[in-house]
Amino acid sequence: MNLPNPETLLAEITAKIKTQLEFNGLTNTALVGIHSGGVWLMNHILKNIKLDVPYGMLDAAMYRDDYAKRGLKTEPKPSNIAFDVTNKHIILIDDIFYTGRTTRAAMNELFDYGRPASITLAVLINRGGAELPIAPNIVGAEILLKPHENLQLSQDNKGKLQLSLENKTLETNNG
Amino acid sequence: MKIHIKNGHLIDPKNKIDAKQDVFIVAGKVAGIGKAPDGFVANQTIDAAGLIVSPGFVDLSARLREPGSEYQATLNSELLAAAAGGVTSLACPPDTNPVLDEPGLVEMLKHRAKLLNLAHVYPLGALTRQLEGKLLTEMHALSNAGCVAFSQADIAITDTQVLWRAFEYAATFGYTIFLRAEDYYLAKNGVAHDGEVASRLGLKGIPAAAEALSIASIIRIACETKTRIHLCRLSTAEGVELVRTAKKQGLQVSADVSTQHLHLTDMDIGYFNTHANLKPPLRSMRDKAALSQGLKDGTIDAICSDHTPVNDDAKLLPFAEAEAGATGLELLLPLALKWATDNKASLLDTIAAITSQPASILGINGGHLSLNADADIAIFNPSTEWNVVANQLKSQGKNTPFLGNLMLGRVYYTLLHGQITYAYQ
Amino acid sequence: MVNPQLDAEGNLKHLLTIEGLPKRILNQILDTAETFVGVAERDIKKVPLLRGKTVCNIFFENSTRTRTTFEIAAKRLSADVINLNVNTSSQSKGETILDTVDNLIAMHADMFVVRHAQSGAAHFIARHVPDNISVINAGDGRHAHPTQGLLDVFTVRKYKPDLHNLRVALVGDVLHSRVARSEIHALTTLGVPEVRVIAPKTLLPADVEKLGVQVFHDMKAGLKDVDVIMMLRLQNERMSGALLPSAQEYFRTFGLTQEKLSYAKSDAIVMHPGPMNRGVEIDSSVADGSQSVILPQVTYGIAVRMAVMAILGGGSIGGGNAGGAV
Repeated sequence: MNLPNPETLLAEITAKIKTQLEFNGLTNTALVGIHSGGVWLMNHILKNIKLDVPYGMLDAAMYRDDYAKRGLKTEPKPSNIAFDVTNKHIILIDDIFYTGRTTRAAMNELFDYGRPASITLAVLINRGGAELPIAPNIVGAEILLKPHENLQLSQDNKGKLQLSLENKTLETNNG
Repeated sequence: MKIHIKNGHLIDPKNKIDAKQDVFIVAGKVAGIGKAPDGFVANQTIDAAGLIVSPGFVDLSARLREPGSEYQATLNSELLAAAAGGVTSLACPPDTNPVLDEPGLVEMLKHRAKLLNLAHVYPLGALTRQLEGKLLTEMHALSNAGCVAFSQADIAITDTQVLWRAFEYAATFGYTIFLRAEDYYLAKNGVAHDGEVASRLGLKGIPAAAEALSIASIIRIACETKTRIHLCRLSTAEGVELVRTAKKQGLQVSADVSTQHLHLTDMDIGYFNTHANLKPPLRSMRDKAALSQGLKDGTIDAICSDHTPVNDDAKLLPFAEAEAGATGLELLLPLALKWATDNKASLLDTIAAITSQPASILGINGGHLSLNADADIAIFNPSTEWNVVANQLKSQGKNTPFLGNLMLGRVYYTLLHGQITYAYQ
Repeated sequence: MVNPQLDAEGNLKHLLTIEGLPKRILNQILDTAETFVGVAERDIKKVPLLRGKTVCNIFFENSTRTRTTFEIAAKRLSADVINLNVNTSSQSKGETILDTVDNLIAMHADMFVVRHAQSGAAHFIARHVPDNISVINAGDGRHAHPTQGLLDVFTVRKYKPDLHNLRVALVGDVLHSRVARSEIHALTTLGVPEVRVIAPKTLLPADVEKLGVQVFHDMKAGLKDVDVIMMLRLQNERMSGALLPSAQEYFRTFGLTQEKLSYAKSDAIVMHPGPMNRGVEIDSSVADGSQSVILPQVTYGIAVRMAVMAILGGGSIGGGNAGGAV
């Protein structure tokens, strides 16, 4: 399968996020990236839109529903939401949308910081397979994948994004 | 009853026999070695081909838990264990409940042991009443009742005046005093050798010097009062050295070491294994090596099991709260043999340390197979392998740091004055 | 000998002592603790990790302070908490430790936090619980107090991140201190090159240098050029007797005053596991001074205990085929 160029997709969602930002008003909106891919994307977006908008990071590990099965990841990353969440329009950014469970966990975590005015979900790719009534609002591309296929976003030390697809047993991406 | 033990390899240290010899028993006594007495016709023949025939073992310390601690073990269970271990004579310390400080208690114990007829039981009388270290016991009466020596078990006499007088009084009658040397104050509340392991585990230590300090006083007082003393359960290098020096000076001193201390160190406490909670505590590698050397060069006269059956409840506790001690009668032979192998000691010398030498310390006529001696005999295979498994031990105490270990050497038959008290199945 | 703290895959199963834990596990706990530091600053100071689990604080030795920090940690993880103070009187009625533990197992507790006056008690309990229960040692005799050791190195790491370039001194009653033992193992495992102990000879255990420390009996020499000073608590009953003549003399010789603090590096931090004896092991001006990080220790203590519970509480159903991706 030919994978799209992530930089192209990034440009696409950046434009949509910028529109959304302008619609909501800069002071009322904040970006939140989900570790790790979502945070990379957010950092690129912040650099590109050149707007002074509050932002934060989430590692929803503590809110995941598979903790009892998998425990904590060996390298947890701290959540950092330095602004007041209450009454903010939050644009939640993740790399790949799949079952919707990470989004659910991230939303739960967000609510423990305060009551946002709204949450918009932006993702680079929706690979299909949602298990919850959750769908992304801003999508770079839709690519339907089989359960054994694992799509991953990576970033090299120069900040270049890359997508990779591998066949594997049902072990999952953590995004 | 006439028994012929044939084809066995006889080891009788006292008579310096280490050869293939048949043994002939008539009416519970040794009636012939190598050659049958005139007119001998066996009622029973034991084929000891491939086996070693030795005097029954003599153990200098086995707690039988009677009277007073029958929940831990009974005379019956522990004497069955003795028979299974090839032990035909054993000394039991006076720290029973009540303490063996009254002739009546000693007579009762002797009587009950005799009825069971599984091993000769030699009580050690209490040196002081209630072992309190204050008032002397009626040693003469206790001796008449059957005590072979006097002891304080694990309880030190802190008052040196009392210790001195107890020595003098015992020496009046020529009694031997058995003492485990440990300075009371240095050892107070301690549960492990004071060294790296105790420091890591946060266990209160007993410095090695606690033993040396006490041995030095005991030897000095014994020298002044001309008392025969036996030092029980040596555990330290310094202790061995002090005994060595005392022996060179011609003092009447003997010493023993337990099978546990010959083979284990404080490292064996591992993660708070309460089976390794012993008195004295398991000590360092250096101490263990010195004990081995002491046994080899004759500074230490005897190996004992220091048999102390403890029930599970008393071991299922945090280390320092657990009761000290290990069951040992059934492990005496294999652990003595293992020591011999590890240290290239001769079988004759090793068997001496569990037969003739402890017998001479106790002053009993045993531990040898001279003509007309009691036919107390252990017949064993030194290379039979077996695992120490709790429910296969005859002793009611399943507590030993050797649980799960492979042993080499198994008793096949035990005879007590010519009667088979144990046969290996 | 199998390390009773790790499962077959090398993951943390119980936390009983720092000694013998690989550096990887210590770092996992410390890194996880970082993620919990922020939780206390949110509107809702709770995460749902241990929702539906029951954490049982079994304190055979009373300590409101330590019990409270474990209780807060468990509650911030959404666990249900049972506190049980087993005083020695009910023990003397014949109920053994195992009786107490068996009762709690029957009540379906998932995690035991145990404190006991005897060294080895936590190991003992860990040996007797079923596989699905984890035991956290909250202090056993003189042996170990691993969460305290961990929170202390967590605090050190916060202020002095380059652990490979530190000189740390522990001052005071090492002999009776489970905190000292845990701190020493944590520091040496994480690669701190120089750990010192400073104490009178009566307060040092035998062969203490074999734990990997340098021994000093003088504050001036011992504190010279150190980056971190960890004070140890001196129990009241040990202040005068055969170990020390008096609290006053101890303060003069080993108490941390501004003057003695000046022997250390000028940016050295001062720690104390609490509760402090002001004027005995530490002067108030030092305890409350600018180099003191004693209160941050308390704050970080909760994050570290949350991290330990979160690591022990998860993954118990078995990893592998972990269902749907997220």
